[in-house]
Amino acid sequence: MADAFIYDTVRTPRGRGKKDGKLHEITPISLATQVLAAIRDRTNIDTADVDDVVFGCVAPIGEQGSDIARVAVLNADYAESVAGVQINRFCASGLEATNMAAAKVMAGEAMFAIGGGVESMSRVPMGSDGGAWAMDPAVAFKTYFAPQGIGADLIATKYGFSRNDVDAYAMESQRRAAQAWAEGRFKRSILPVRDVMGEVVLDHDEHMRASTDMQSLGSLSPAFTGMGEQMPGFDAVALMKYPEVERIDHVHTGGNSSGIVDGAAAILVGNREIGEKYGLKPRARIRAMASIGSEPMIMLTGPEFVAAKVLKRAGMTKDDIDLFELNEAFASVVLRYMQAFNIDHGRINVNGGAIAMGHPLGATGAMILGTVLDELERTGKGTALINLCVGAGMGTGTIIERI
Amino acid sequence: MTDTAIHQSLDADGILLLTIDVPGLSMNVINAEVTRDLALAVERLKTDPAVKGAVITSGKPSGFMAGADLKGMGFMLSGGGGGEEKSRMAALFDGVFALNKLLRALETCGKPVAAAVNGLALGGGLEFVLACHYRVVADNPKVTLGLPEVMVGLFPGAGGTQRLPRLMGVQPALMYLLQGKNMSPQEALGFGVVQELAPADEVVARATAWVKANPTRHTQPWDEKGFKFPGGAGMFNPGFVQTFVAGTAMTVKSTNRNMNAPIAILSAVYEGAQLPMDTAIRVESKYFAKVVADPQAGNMIRSLFVSKQAAEKGARRPKGQPAMPVKKLGMLGAGLMGAGVAMVSAQAGIEVVLLDRDMAAAEKGKQYTADRLAKKRTDPAKAEAILARIHPTSDYADLKGCDLIIEAVFETREIKAGVTQATEAVVGADTIFGSNTSTLPITGLAKAWSKQENFIGIHFFSPVEKMPLVEIIVGKETGPAAIAKALDYVQQIRKTPIVVNDSRGFYTSRCFGTYVQEGLALLGEGTNPALIENIGRHMGMPVGPLAVNDEVGLDLSYKVGQQTKADLGDAYKPGPSDAVITKMHDLGRQGRKNAKGFYVYPDAPAKKYLWSELVETVAGGLATVQPDPAEVKERMLYRQLVECARCMGEGVLETPEDGDLGAIFGWGFMPHTGGPFSHMDTIGLATVVATLDRLAQAHGERFTPPQMLRDMAAKGQTFYGQAEAKRAA
Repeated sequence: MADAFIYDTVRTPRGRGKKDGKLHEITPISLATQVLAAIRDRTNIDTADVDDVVFGCVAPIGEQGSDIARVAVLNADYAESVAGVQINRFCASGLEATNMAAAKVMAGEAMFAIGGGVESMSRVPMGSDGGAWAMDPAVAFKTYFAPQGIGADLIATKYGFSRNDVDAYAMESQRRAAQAWAEGRFKRSILPVRDVMGEVVLDHDEHMRASTDMQSLGSLSPAFTGMGEQMPGFDAVALMKYPEVERIDHVHTGGNSSGIVDGAAAILVGNREIGEKYGLKPRARIRAMASIGSEPMIMLTGPEFVAAKVLKRAGMTKDDIDLFELNEAFASVVLRYMQAFNIDHGRINVNGGAIAMGHPLGATGAMILGTVLDELERTGKGTALINLCVGAGMGTGTIIERI
Repeated sequence: MTDTAIHQSLDADGILLLTIDVPGLSMNVINAEVTRDLALAVERLKTDPAVKGAVITSGKPSGFMAGADLKGMGFMLSGGGGGEEKSRMAALFDGVFALNKLLRALETCGKPVAAAVNGLALGGGLEFVLACHYRVVADNPKVTLGLPEVMVGLFPGAGGTQRLPRLMGVQPALMYLLQGKNMSPQEALGFGVVQELAPADEVVARATAWVKANPTRHTQPWDEKGFKFPGGAGMFNPGFVQTFVAGTAMTVKSTNRNMNAPIAILSAVYEGAQLPMDTAIRVESKYFAKVVADPQAGNMIRSLFVSKQAAEKGARRPKGQPAMPVKKLGMLGAGLMGAGVAMVSAQAGIEVVLLDRDMAAAEKGKQYTADRLAKKRTDPAKAEAILARIHPTSDYADLKGCDLIIEAVFETREIKAGVTQATEAVVGADTIFGSNTSTLPITGLAKAWSKQENFIGIHFFSPVEKMPLVEIIVGKETGPAAIAKALDYVQQIRKTPIVVNDSRGFYTSRCFGTYVQEGLALLGEGTNPALIENIGRHMGMPVGPLAVNDEVGLDLSYKVGQQTKADLGDAYKPGPSDAVITKMHDLGRQGRKNAKGFYVYPDAPAKKYLWSELVETVAGGLATVQPDPAEVKERMLYRQLVECARCMGEGVLETPEDGDLGAIFGWGFMPHTGGPFSHMDTIGLATVVATLDRLAQAHGERFTPPQMLRDMAAKGQTFYGQAEAKRAA
């Protein structure tokens, strides 16, 4: 089987996912188009050598509907022969898209394939695509459906993370992100977003709050108390599944959960021969990939299980990994992962994460892969494991190693 | 035809008046005759050119129609398990879908049909009305309209889950469908469920006038092109989506996932709202069949409806006793129980002499009623009349003329005996005397009354005005007149009676206690208390065993334990819960009353939480291996079941109906099961015995099944089957 190499990674800055966010005026197809154009223009490849573009998008409806990947290919003036497919693995869509692109390369189906994703959460709100999981009473009943925030608070309660613990984690995420930006650690991958006139509308992650401290974090109200304890009472659903828990301690707030943002990312994957054709130096090899299902009610514990799975597949142990990157969907998700694997905070999310910079659902997986690859190169390290927790109880993971 | 249920009469203008009047019943219900006659009427509407339209009304002054014939549904319902559910489901579907098709044929017959609703229309009765094009209802707030099926584990299966949301909107309709709440005619008008209100004697005339004036209004809104649900519906309507996301969670919370009907109702509405009417009612019929084919529906209907009504109508009343309603009640003791009994009696129109040691205590007992009536915002004139019937006194002489005495004084034999004798001196031993003791055997107490046949146990539950059950305890010497009198009284105060024979703790206290004791036993073994409490609630008990013990008072549990030990002497067998109670007692943890028990009670609004040192204190720490949730449930369930079975074996209980009603309404036993005896029948007695033997092996002889249960299991019998055979014999 062919090796799959990463030749380039590009991401937009993340715009605050609200009506006053800088990227609110930019359509999702434009975000997707700009990252695809950047991949072509930065590498000077003939796009006719790209066999497929796999893009994650979690609310593929409205202006994100109708296979946004293929439409972005056309809109970015790629060769007509380039196919495109939109996929949805919820929060891990961007990483899953990259894994699929890599799989196509490994299987010989593609020479170049592009993985990535896009989500304009300010324009196509989370959940607007509906779905049987939450809506169909029989299915929601069977699967003990409760929103992610309830699962995150349940993780904190079950595994013993206090409000102070999650806030402290959030503060550190903000500090690391601010430092990374200040030192230009993201600059290799960042693509400023331009408007129809070609002017830059955003060149930095807009969601960050460098001034965050424990006091300001502590002043925020828990986000999931109302839906958990009163209307409609999701805590009761959770306790039906986890009766060993007396009551759920609602510790997550807007300050220690991932931000709602807009953004897109793309990763160029290819085999050795096609890289050589363009004189491109492979930045990293994709060593192993995996996805897994986990208990869906608590929903967000998948990363520890998929990490074990992907490490086994790679024939590695956690000690073989230099840097871990786990999407900061909620602080408790990362804290539990560190607890389960006994990983020092100094080896994970070293440049901050989605709590500081935001989580554009369909794109995040590709964004954090680029981020950690940039960091491996900056620090001269070799291997990284990228993980995300996933809706409905899943986890996706990828191990990369520098050449 | 002599059994005509729907009478037809055609007027000069071609309006066919269809009068529903089911022979032999005081209230119309949907039965085979009604559906047969409805089919005839629909056929005539469709084919007879002389008929221009129809008006449907009731020939009963009692109301329009009360729904399906629940007693007659017996043939569809199964009390037992068995493998024939699949075929029963298909038969159920055929039956209910035939009715649905008939109502559909009525609303698509091509001629206007109006309902003239003179009184209550519930369940199938309202569903019948909804299939008419125009609905006139008697303008009387006492007329109730609603789909209460869910309350007895059933499902509105005659189009109710489809037409109600199409008339009033999905979210408000779900509120009525899921809670079984009734609506007044005025509310129904506001929701668009009915179109016109009129005096009861004019509903037919108004409905007829509408049919005459609107010869072309024969299409339901949902059959019009471009029909939209009020408030919207469908996958792209955020309100619709939120309604179901929230509705499912709320249903999980309110049912603890134990009830089949509510979630099926949600599914029927969710799926049906996205379908055209003909397909929607077919889907509804399938969900109906699925719910009704499960033994749960049959068990719930039998206990919560059939047995309850029968008990209230005197199922256990001795034959040949004349009616003897209570006119004047002598209530001895004006504490919490006595005050409550005085209140419900006065509310029922009974004069009450409320006696206590001194006037202040008696007055305080009367004030209890005044406070509660004020809190309920009772009409002042009505409240005054109720209060005027309560006569506080400290003088036994005032008991003269009382035709029933109830005693609720301090729980010691000496005090009770003194009060009993002082009363007999005034009213004479021919008067019926009832004791509200909850712990002392009746046969012993009866010795203080010269005519022991007139002494009986009348056991109320606290708070009396809220708790629906009264446990009548028959002592060894108690005669039929005392039983009849007690039952007549319970009927007057509109509560549900069960009749049991004397035993320590009678039936309800004895069996309920086992639930708490098993919870404590688990705790004593080092089981996570949160798990015990959550499983208690999740299995369908109203509260966890530790929480309920905190409410009752751990000091009281200790005292009762000591008393029992003293009474039984060598026969006393200490249980695994004794050590836990003793430990808590020694630490001065009494429960809610001193804000520290198994739980800690911080000042409001903070909620109580489990005492963090509990397991360490009573069990030396959490057990390393925690039991599976299913195991916790099994122990807390089977410990109750075996005690209930023993009560039957020992003759404390005479019928499974008493056992099921007493369990559900006395201590809140898992209503979705229909009660412990229905539940054991459904599980199958052989399985119950095998499970109990396994539990006894692992946890001790408190789980050992009684011989009677083994015998029944060996013969393949059921409790209800045996009761039926006994009645037939």
